[in-house]
Amino acid sequence: MADPMKIRATMAGDKVEVKVLMAHEMETGQRKDGKGKVIPAWFIQNVTATHNGKTVLSAEWGPAVSKNPFLSFRFSGGKPGEKVTITWVDNHGDKRTDEATIS
Amino acid sequence: MNSGRRRVLQGTGGMAVMSLAMAAGLLRPGAARAAEWNKAAFETKSLADAVKAMGGAAPVESKDIVITSPDIAENGAVVPFTIASKIAHTQSISLLVEKNPAILAASFDIPDGTEPWINTRVKMGQTSNVFALVKADGKYYYTAKEVKVTLGGCGG
Repeated sequence: MADPMKIRATMAGDKVEVKVLMAHEMETGQRKDGKGKVIPAWFIQNVTATHNGKTVLSAEWGPAVSKNPFLSFRFSGGKPGEKVTITWVDNHGDKRTDEATIS
Repeated sequence: MNSGRRRVLQGTGGMAVMSLAMAAGLLRPGAARAAEWNKAAFETKSLADAVKAMGGAAPVESKDIVITSPDIAENGAVVPFTIASKIAHTQSISLLVEKNPAILAASFDIPDGTEPWINTRVKMGQTSNVFALVKADGKYYYTAKEVKVTLGGCGG
């Protein structure tokens, strides 16, 4: 199981600013190991953020996104105390869901 | 004579194995559900082909998209980008790095209520043009910026 995400959701004016740091190798499939063998690609493909059951952001990623990906976005309609849920799925089918409370 | 009893035992035994397998996570019903991922778009090499794979055509250059990033990235493995779109009805924002092995790095769907503003970090193999591609009202717009890379992010 992958390590938990670090999620911070704070009010920025009337909007909620969400910052997410995920723990993932994001292996490109371009690199070779010491023996010259290609290291297979292993990366997050889909990210979804929801708030009160509504999707506030969805993303499709390629292997070019940096290792331990960082993502930040803003949405309106959130209030302090409510929750933001983030889910990612990688190309192995592994997934991880974490949530944060808006402050 | 006791064949009825035997069959019952076999039946429950089979059930037990099934539920054990389920418990151990061997049969994950959720895992089979493939996530939506535009494989074709992530295999393209040029902006035009990427737009085509997304179902669009002929992106127009626009000054209403702003890419904020360092002009010179010291470490190509982690290059921060902020993309903001001022185009009305922005539906999606994509980030493309021209000289990477595959041009499309990431694509974000922006639902109503979410600001057309994204901040993330990507890898760059070498100095390259970076495109921010915006879909608004079904049309595609882009803007380009050159980012110099002193140390590539795709080598070993």
